[in-house]
Amino acid sequence: MSAIATITDIKTQNIEGKVPMDKRSALEIESQDATDTYETIGTPRVDNAKMSARHVNVFYGEKQAILDVSLDIGRNEVLAMIGPSGCGKSTFLRTLNRMNDIIPICKVRGDITLEGEDIYKSDQDTVMLRARVGMVFQKPNPFPKSIYENVAYGPRIHGLAHSKAEMDEIVEQSLRRASLFDEVKDQLDKPGTGLSGGQQQRLCIARAIAVSPEVILMDEPCSALDPIATARIEELIDDLKEKYTIAIVTHSMQQAARVSQRTAYFHLGKLIEVGETKEIFTFPKHQLTENYITGRFG
Amino acid sequence: MNSMSDSNRSNTTAAIAASLKKRYARERRFQWYGRLAVLTGFIFLFILLTDIVIKGSPAFTQHFIKLDIDFNTEVLGISQNATAEEISGADFSAVVKDSLRTMFPDVSGRKEKKALYRLISIRAEYTLRDMVLENPALLGTNAEVWLLAHSEAGSYLKGQVDASAPESDRKVKDIQVVWLDTLAKEGRTESRFNSTFFLSGDSREPELAGIKAALYGSLFTLLVTFCLAFPIGVLSAIYLEEFAPRNRLTDLIEININNLAAVPSIVFGLLGLAVFINFFELPRSAPLVGGVVLALMTLPTIIITSRAAIQAVPPSIQEAAMGVGASKLQTVFHHVLPVAMPGVLTGSIIGMAQALGETAPLLMIGMVAFIMDVPGGVTDPSTVLPVQIYLWADSPERGFTEKTSAAIMVLMAFLILMNGLAVYLRKRFELK
Amino acid sequence: MQTTTVFLILIALCVISFYTGRKRSQIVAMQHGGLDTLHSLPNHYGYMAAVWAALPALFVLLVWMGFESSVLHALVVGQLPQNIQQLPPDELGLYYNQVQGFARGAIDSAQLDEAQISAAEYYIRTVTSFSQMKATLVFVVAIIGALLAIRRVTPVFRARNHVEKIFEWVLFSSSFVAVLTTLGIVLSVMFEAIRFFQIIPVQDFLFGLQWSPQMAIRANQVAASGSFGFVPLLVGTLLISTVALLIAVPIGLMSAIYLSEYASRRFRAVTKPVLEILAGVPTVVYGFFAALTVAPFIREMGESVGLNVASESAMAAGLVMGIMIIPFVMSLSDDIINAVPVSLREASLGMGATMNETIRKVVLPAALPGIVGGILLAASRAIGETMIVVMAAGLSAKLTINPLEAVTTITVQIVTLLVGDQEFDNPKTLAAFALGLVLFFVTLLLNFIALHVVRKYREQYE
Repeated sequence: MSAIATITDIKTQNIEGKVPMDKRSALEIESQDATDTYETIGTPRVDNAKMSARHVNVFYGEKQAILDVSLDIGRNEVLAMIGPSGCGKSTFLRTLNRMNDIIPICKVRGDITLEGEDIYKSDQDTVMLRARVGMVFQKPNPFPKSIYENVAYGPRIHGLAHSKAEMDEIVEQSLRRASLFDEVKDQLDKPGTGLSGGQQQRLCIARAIAVSPEVILMDEPCSALDPIATARIEELIDDLKEKYTIAIVTHSMQQAARVSQRTAYFHLGKLIEVGETKEIFTFPKHQLTENYITGRFG
Repeated sequence: MNSMSDSNRSNTTAAIAASLKKRYARERRFQWYGRLAVLTGFIFLFILLTDIVIKGSPAFTQHFIKLDIDFNTEVLGISQNATAEEISGADFSAVVKDSLRTMFPDVSGRKEKKALYRLISIRAEYTLRDMVLENPALLGTNAEVWLLAHSEAGSYLKGQVDASAPESDRKVKDIQVVWLDTLAKEGRTESRFNSTFFLSGDSREPELAGIKAALYGSLFTLLVTFCLAFPIGVLSAIYLEEFAPRNRLTDLIEININNLAAVPSIVFGLLGLAVFINFFELPRSAPLVGGVVLALMTLPTIIITSRAAIQAVPPSIQEAAMGVGASKLQTVFHHVLPVAMPGVLTGSIIGMAQALGETAPLLMIGMVAFIMDVPGGVTDPSTVLPVQIYLWADSPERGFTEKTSAAIMVLMAFLILMNGLAVYLRKRFELK
Repeated sequence: MQTTTVFLILIALCVISFYTGRKRSQIVAMQHGGLDTLHSLPNHYGYMAAVWAALPALFVLLVWMGFESSVLHALVVGQLPQNIQQLPPDELGLYYNQVQGFARGAIDSAQLDEAQISAAEYYIRTVTSFSQMKATLVFVVAIIGALLAIRRVTPVFRARNHVEKIFEWVLFSSSFVAVLTTLGIVLSVMFEAIRFFQIIPVQDFLFGLQWSPQMAIRANQVAASGSFGFVPLLVGTLLISTVALLIAVPIGLMSAIYLSEYASRRFRAVTKPVLEILAGVPTVVYGFFAALTVAPFIREMGESVGLNVASESAMAAGLVMGIMIIPFVMSLSDDIINAVPVSLREASLGMGATMNETIRKVVLPAALPGIVGGILLAASRAIGETMIVVMAAGLSAKLTINPLEAVTTITVQIVTLLVGDQEFDNPKTLAAFALGLVLFFVTLLLNFIALHVVRKYREQYE
C-alpha cells in the first residue's frame, strides 16, 4: 500500500468520524421509549391542508428521533416549528421532501401526503417530489458557479426552459421574487459565493423558487445571518406566502412570531403543542411550551 | 395571480414528468459506469494475479529421472580405492552419459548424443560425486539414482511443451520427446518439490537457479534500511510534531519531506551512485549502499505516517504528564511515543514493504550483478529479490519465466505478510 | 578491527560511561549532603556521560568511514611507479581495481605485474594499520568525551537540561536528513549534469530531435560524441504517461465516485482494500506482466485486426502503468470528492436533481481544481516510473506519437546508460545525470503545482 493511500485513509477516517458526531447529539437526546403515548395539544389539523403528516415516527437505526407526530400545513400559510435544539423539528422538516432518504440508517413510518397523495408510497418519485417541495438550508449553500447559473440550475436539470430567453426570464423572475434582482442584475456572471451572507441566502431562495415549487421548507434559514439580513429574509418570507406554502424551522421565537401564522412546538421528538401563532405565544397551554417561550430553557 | 402561478406549476410538473424517463436512464447508466470502473479494477487485479500464479506454480516442482548408474572406475578414470581428492576430480559426467547411452543404444551421431545428454541437468555429476564421496564403496557397483532433469526436459515432463507444434518452434526436439515418453512409460520420471529454488543462489541453468542469495540480499538491505530509516524517521516525526518552532527552517524541512515523497525512486539511485559509490567509494553492489539509498527513499513515508500517529495521541495524555512535572522530552518518550507506537510501526512496515519491492534505485548502484553465493554481510556483493526478478525476466530461457513468476509469488507473499501485519496493527490501534 | 566490532565496543563504552556518570553523581551528592542536593536525577548524569561518549566518537567513525577508501586510493596510487601514475584516469582505475582485487583475494596473481603485487602488499598493510588507527581514534574520542562529561558532574550542574538540549539537537539533525537528501540529490545530479553540458551544449540537449548515445561507446572513436537530443525521450515519456492516465483517470475517478456516492458501506469496506492491492504490487512485477503478458496480447490483438504493433509498444507499457496508478487516482479523487461540502449535495438533491446530475453538475465542477491537482500528481508518478518501462518499453528513441510503436523514456535511458560499467568522463554516462536532473525538476514542478492547487482547493471549503 502506498504512503499516499495510507495518508488518505487517515484523512477519510477523520471525515467519516465527524459525521456521526453531529448526528449523535440528535440521536441521544431524542432516544425515547416508543410505547410512550401522548396527546398533542391544540389544532394539528386544518381544512384543505397542503401537506399533512399522520402518526409519523422517524428512526435513526435503533434510536427514535420523531414520535408519533401528526401535523398539517395549510395552503399559503407559514408554519413555524420551534423547540429546543435536538427536539426533532429539523428531522421532521426533512421528512417532508424525503431529504432523509440520503441517510441510509434513517427510517420513516407513518403517512405524509402532499395534496392528498402519499409521498412515501413505493412508486413516489423523489425527483418530482423535491421539485414540488423545495428546501432552503441553514447555512447559505450557493454552488460555486455564477449567480445566473445558480438560479438556472434547477430549471436546467428539470428541462423547464426551452430557450435562452425563457431561461433569462425564469432567472430574472426568481431573483425578483427573492428580492435580490436589483442588487445583482449587473453581476449575474459573478460567482454566487462572492455575495454577502444574506444575499447568498436570498440567492438560495431564488434557486429554490426557480423550479416553481408548491411548498418551501426552510431549515433555520437565518441562523447564520446578521439582524439586518435576517429582517430582509423575514420580509421576503412574508411576501412569498402569497404564492407558496412555507414551513420554517427556527430557533428564534421572535422570528416565529413575526413570520408565521401557525406555530408548532416540538420537544424531545414529540409535537407538544400547535396552534395559531398569536395564541401559542400569548396563551401557551402546555407547561413545556410555556417554559420554552418564557425562556426558562432552550 | 394565483391561477397564473397554478398554470405555471402544472406546466412545470408536466415538463418534469416528461424528462424523468431520460433522466433515470442516465442515472442508471452512470451507476453502471461506476460499477464497470470498479469491476475493471478487479479484473485487472485478477488477471495480474492469476497470470503470475499460473506461470509461477510449476516452478515449485522439479522432475527427476531415474538412471542406472554404473560407477565404473575405468570410465571415471580413477582407481578402486581412490582418495577423496581423486574422486573430486573424477569425470562423473562420463558415467551419466554412459548410462544414457546404454538405455538408448540406437543413438548415434554427435548431434543426437548431445541432445540425449541434455536430458539430465549438469548438476547430476555433482550429485554422483557427492554420493561417492560419502560412500566410496559405491565405486565399481551399479545403482539406480534419481537425477535432476534438464530444465527443457523438465518443462516437457511438466506438460508445458506442445509436441504437436513445429519442431523448430520448441527447444525440446522430437527425438527427445520420444526418449522422455519412454522414460515416463518406464516409470523413470518423478515430480518432486523444488527445494533447489529456495536453497541456492542464481545460476545460468534454470533448473539450478534459486532465490536464496537474493533473499539474503533483501534481508541485509532491509536491515540496513530499517536501522537507518526507523530511528531517523521517528525522531524527525517527534521533532516536527512536538519540538519544532514555527519558523522558516521548519517550513523548509517540511517542504523537503513532502517533496522527497514524490521524487521518483530512480533519482535516489542517482544520488546513491554519485555520492556513496563515486564520492565515498563505498563498495558497489552491496546491501550497505542499497540499504542507505532505500532508507532515504522510505524516510518521508515513515515521517509522514509517524507524525499522523503522534498527532492522534490525545493531548490530555501530554497535559497529564506535563502536569506532574515531566519535561517535554520525558513526556514524549514515556507517554506519547508508546501510545503512538502501533501507528508508527504501521507506517514503518509499509515503508519497509515499499523498500522490499523497490528495484530501480538498486540497478543504479550495481546490485544487478549475477550472484551465485549467499552474501555473508552488508558489504558483500549481492542482489535483492526484485532485482533477481528483473534479471530472470530478461533471460530468454523458458525455464526462467516460471522462475520469475515463482520469485514474484515469494516476493508478494512477503509483501502481503508485511501489509497484513500493518493492517492488523492499525486495527488494534483503532480499537483503543 | 571490523567496523561492527568497533561499534559494539563503542556501545559497551557508552554503558560503562552511563554507570560511571551515575555513580559519580551519587558520590558527589553524598559529599554535599545527600541525593536531594543534585539538580537532576543520577540517571541524567549517566545519560550525559553516555551521550558524550557516543556522539563525538560516532561522528569520528562516520567521517573516517566516509574518507577511508579515497585516502587509501591516494596513498596506494602514490606508491605506484611514475609511469603508471601518469596513465589516463580510466586505465589507472582499472589498474587500481586489480590491485584491490588481488589484495582482497578476488583475483589470481597471474594477471598482475610486479608493481601491482607490491602495491597490493602495501594496500594490505595500510588497510590493517588504518583499521587499528580507526579503532584507537574512536575509543580515545569516546573515553575523552565521557571523562569530560563526568568531570562536569556537580550538584548544581543541570544535567537533565543538558541532556535534553543534546537530544533536541539529535531530533533536529534527524529531521534535517531530509534537507541533506534533497541537497545531495540536487548537487550530485547537477554536478555531473554540468560536466555533461560542458561537452554537449544545453540547446543541443533540450531541442535536439535525435537521441543515439550508443555512438559514443569508445572514447577515441570518430564522431564519438553521439547525439543527445532529449526531445524524443520527452515525447516517449509523455506518450506512455498519457496512455497510463487515459486508463487510470476514468477508472480511478469513476470507482471513487461509485464507492463514495453509491456503494454501501460494506461493499466499500471490502472493495477499497482489494483495489489498493494494485498499489502495493512492486513495479518490477508490473514490468514482467507488461513485457510477457500484455505486450504480446496487444500485439496479437493488433495483428488480428491488421494493425502492425511493435512488440514493445507504448500501449502495453502505458496500459500496465495505468493499472498501477488506478488506486492512486482513486484515493486522491475519493479524498477530494469527500472534501466537497455535504451542503452542496443537499442543495442539489433538495431541488430534485438525481444523484448523477448532482455529481456531474455540482460535485465534480466544485472538485475540479482538486481533481486536476490529483491528475498532476498521478502524471508525475507516471513520468518517474522506471521498472515498467525498462522492462516493457523499447530502447530506440523514435520520435512518434503513435502508441502502437515502440518508444523510449527518460527513465529507461537513465537505466540503460548507467547499468554496467561506467566511465565518468564519458558523455554517455554523464547524460544519465542530465536526464536525472530534468526528471527531478519536472516531477518536482508537477508536484509543487499539484500540491498548491489541491491546498488552495481545500482552503476554499474549510
